[in-house]
Amino acid sequence: MIPSGFEYHRPSSVQDAIRLLNENEDAKILAGGHSLLPMMKLRFAEPAHLIDLNGLAELKGIRLDGDTLCIGAMTTENELIDSDLVKQHCPLLVDVAKLVADPQVRNRGTVGGDVAHGDPGNDHPAVMLALDAEFVIQGPDGERRQAANGFFLGTYWTGLEEGEVMTEIRIPPIPANGGYGYNKLKRKTGDYATAGSTVVLELDGASCKEIRIGLTNVAPMAIRAEAAEDLLRGQNIDEALIEQAAELVMQACDPAEDLRGDIQYKTHMAAEMTRRSIRDALARAGS
Amino acid sequence: MATAEDRVKADIEREDALQGIGCSRKRKEDPRFVQGKGTYVDDVKLPGTLYADLVRSPFAHARIKGINKEKALALPGVHAVLTAEDLKPLNLHWMPTLAGDVQAVLADEKVHMQYQEVAVVIADDRYIAADAVDLVEVEYEALPVLVDPHKALDPDAPILREDAEDKDNVGQGPRKHPNHIFNWQVGDAEATERAFDEAEVTVKQEMYYPRVHPSPLETCGCVASFDKVNGKLDVYITSQAPHVVRTVVSMLSGVPESKVRIVSPDIGGGFGNKVGIYPGYVTAIVASIVIGRPVKWIEDRMEHLSTTAWARDYWMTGELAADKDGRIKGLKVDVLADHGAFNSHAQPTKWPAGFLSICTGSYDIPVAHVNVDGVYTNKSPGGVAYRCSFRVTEAVYVIERMMDVLAQKLGIDKAEIRRRNFVKPEQFPYETCLGWELDSGDYHTALDKVLAAVDYEGLRKEQAEKRAKGELMGIGLVTFTEVVGAGPSKNCDILGVGMFDSAEIRVHPTGSAIARMGTITQGQGHQTTYAQIIASELGIPSEEIQIEEGDTDTAPYGLGTYGSRSTPVGGAATAVAARKIRDKARKIAAHLMEVSEDDVEWDIDRFKVKGVPGQEKTMKEVAWAAYNNVPEGMEMGLEAVDYYDPPNFTYPFGTYLCVVDIDKYTGVVDIRRFYALDDCGTRINPMIIEGQVHGGLNEGFAVAMGQEMPYDEEGNLLGNTFMDYFIPTFVETPHWETDYTVTPSPHHPLGAKGVAESPHVGSIPCFTAAIVDALAHLDVTHVDMPHNAYRVWQTLHELGADKRD
Repeated sequence: MIPSGFEYHRPSSVQDAIRLLNENEDAKILAGGHSLLPMMKLRFAEPAHLIDLNGLAELKGIRLDGDTLCIGAMTTENELIDSDLVKQHCPLLVDVAKLVADPQVRNRGTVGGDVAHGDPGNDHPAVMLALDAEFVIQGPDGERRQAANGFFLGTYWTGLEEGEVMTEIRIPPIPANGGYGYNKLKRKTGDYATAGSTVVLELDGASCKEIRIGLTNVAPMAIRAEAAEDLLRGQNIDEALIEQAAELVMQACDPAEDLRGDIQYKTHMAAEMTRRSIRDALARAGS
Repeated sequence: MATAEDRVKADIEREDALQGIGCSRKRKEDPRFVQGKGTYVDDVKLPGTLYADLVRSPFAHARIKGINKEKALALPGVHAVLTAEDLKPLNLHWMPTLAGDVQAVLADEKVHMQYQEVAVVIADDRYIAADAVDLVEVEYEALPVLVDPHKALDPDAPILREDAEDKDNVGQGPRKHPNHIFNWQVGDAEATERAFDEAEVTVKQEMYYPRVHPSPLETCGCVASFDKVNGKLDVYITSQAPHVVRTVVSMLSGVPESKVRIVSPDIGGGFGNKVGIYPGYVTAIVASIVIGRPVKWIEDRMEHLSTTAWARDYWMTGELAADKDGRIKGLKVDVLADHGAFNSHAQPTKWPAGFLSICTGSYDIPVAHVNVDGVYTNKSPGGVAYRCSFRVTEAVYVIERMMDVLAQKLGIDKAEIRRRNFVKPEQFPYETCLGWELDSGDYHTALDKVLAAVDYEGLRKEQAEKRAKGELMGIGLVTFTEVVGAGPSKNCDILGVGMFDSAEIRVHPTGSAIARMGTITQGQGHQTTYAQIIASELGIPSEEIQIEEGDTDTAPYGLGTYGSRSTPVGGAATAVAARKIRDKARKIAAHLMEVSEDDVEWDIDRFKVKGVPGQEKTMKEVAWAAYNNVPEGMEMGLEAVDYYDPPNFTYPFGTYLCVVDIDKYTGVVDIRRFYALDDCGTRINPMIIEGQVHGGLNEGFAVAMGQEMPYDEEGNLLGNTFMDYFIPTFVETPHWETDYTVTPSPHHPLGAKGVAESPHVGSIPCFTAAIVDALAHLDVTHVDMPHNAYRVWQTLHELGADKRD
């Protein structure tokens, strides 16, 4: 429970952080630290340098850019929960953040860290897929943007290149005739999801015009249940269709067995969480 | 002239001012703890302290081919790296266990479990020590691993304990295989067989009580400080039994017991986990003696969960014989007990399966037989009483489960079958067929009170309606009897020391008092409740009574706090010592008032001359006189000591009822209602009792709904962090409703029985019962713990109960 030695850096700007990240061998970014520090204490991770982003005000804050909600990568979960802008423009994120870990973790843990770490158990990645979010990334060669869709490549493996820092998350609005559902099954406060499902959809009359389903902790990375989306898109969603979609969700899952459950349980729970999220999303879209 | 009513009011005020027995006095301990001003072992900071850290085995079973310390020793700040080879000359590479077996302090040629202690590093600080642990190179040769206790006695099973291979007895009787530890039988086997042969109905149920860890918030640790100049050894240690530790440390180290001082400072919870002696303690003590500087060893959470004492791990088969009306004719309990790599379970020495034979429960059972076999496996050693008296949790679980199984077989209501079999109030004291004398009880009243409080009939009606709609609702009912307060020295000892306990009370000239006890609080509130006992017995306000425990240099010898023994044994000693003081005070009072002792009567806080209003001496006045004006021939001073050897155990009981709703698509169990009625005899501090009941229910909830310590086939312990090991927060914990009846113990000086463990013992089978009850219409008679969503769903899925129409 005691990490190996490391050098601690507290950069004065994002540019400074990127410089430090590129100048030092074996350097890691420290955001909230609630994934990295436990791994360091177990000596599963032994970075030689830690670059702490916590002093950088430019990475914090929540604002609107037109109708796009822009969230600084170092915004904490509790700041999401308390933000009037988030409550108004993306209440889904409030629901999600409230179920992340426990109050202590939410005080320190950041949305950018949660996304960029690439842990399939983290809550935000699948939500970002369902929201069709976009990430702003800065590196030695300047700024670029990348869609959440395609960003999550594997366990602890994302589209973030070495030497890059995620600075902002951009979330398009859910249309007025849209709705969302978020269901997470977990064993207890503080735990990762046994399975989680986020559904964001848009209706055109009774018909489902667009739907995105993001799944948490049932594959090596956060995934979209694309076959289920394809089935539902353009349809009047009823219970029979939801059942068929649930079957397709199960086929999309590739979970690892652990004490939360075996593959069968996790797969079934991904389906069950999705059924509930679809129903919730339809109810919200209809209201 | 005061009216009679005024006088009664004045008496009540005088009594209330004492804050004695029956008062919900606020805990004396809390202001210190809530301000962060407790002193736990890790808060003990002695000048020049060095830090110990342990090299542990990644293998569950392996031969050690070599250990290379060179790199670790070369790290600046490292003082020593010790292995079994270094401890051998001191004969400290193995240590005796409380169960008569031995346990490796540091692995001697072989490791028998994952995380076993292989070497200890002593360094300037804990960071250097941790780095040095990584630098110790150990070469292992992996051996076949034995994880399944059912395979332990197979002819071709790998032999685990080569050190004990040729012993025909490892402390608890003859054994039949190198992996066999003991066989223990109680009861009349032949008569029991006969009862089963002749019975109209028999039922049989297998059940596994999982291995669970008490997991107090504070892990284990110690600071050992040996003074080479005067030969004195001080050890600050997380111990529930500091006096026993002193005896053991003296025996192991050769330091005379008079030069060993053990201090249990504030203890952050014990729950049975801090009764035994762990290798980490021994290595820190040895290192301090060798180096001559204080050495601190504090475990981390994973070390704690992986290596320190766990509880249960019993594979049990229960059988009942009964007539068609559900009246029980016989009981059989058969157990395979997995004790891990060493038999270091903590039970009174002569009780290899603790008090499992209390398994006849609250019922009038004519004949019974219990058979237990203990075996070694490549897992961590243990088998302690986790918030219960020794193996009583297992006993209550098996009998309460069997009562339900019998009820289901016969189609008799689960409350009714209990009522038909209860020991009746007029049968007390009741001798059970397995040799216990239940001191007092009124089981019918407790049951009836609970059934009325929850509207049991209404709940059953609701359940029937829900079932018709395909919903799963269950009602669990448990009517348990515990045995606590170990114990009479004729039955109970630890390494030969009788299980008495002690109190030493000293009243000062100005009337305040100090008392020191052989027990040690770990959250139970002793500083509060012991003072209340003395307040009632001596008429001294409890605020003016100082309670001290845990320092063996000052406290009288006692066996410590576990198995709900503080109130039954330590509390009795306190009452008896106080009465000795009162007897002396009476003589002094008579002397002061120049009357015969027979003319003096005790009244709340003073002695009065019978029939002479106004002729009185308060305890405060008597205390002053005790130091300057005593009867001729009497010693001055006002103090007493009592070493109380209880004549019997005490038998708290209760009725618990739990209502659950199960989400059949996820397996999530919602505990809608939990009603707990406890009868612990006389209630000393009702608020502390309620707190204890809440705490015990929380831990019972944790065990039933989520705690387990599973191993994979290689003997790797899974789930040894708080990510997996279930410690419920208040988010998960249900709402508790508590209630009580009072049936005093006839043999305890105060009538008190002890309470802290009843809620743990009683609630666990109640959760299981509720879940089984929800599935009873699907012919389910038992489901093993833990009842987490995953396992409940597996059961539902096998039954097809999660199917959509």
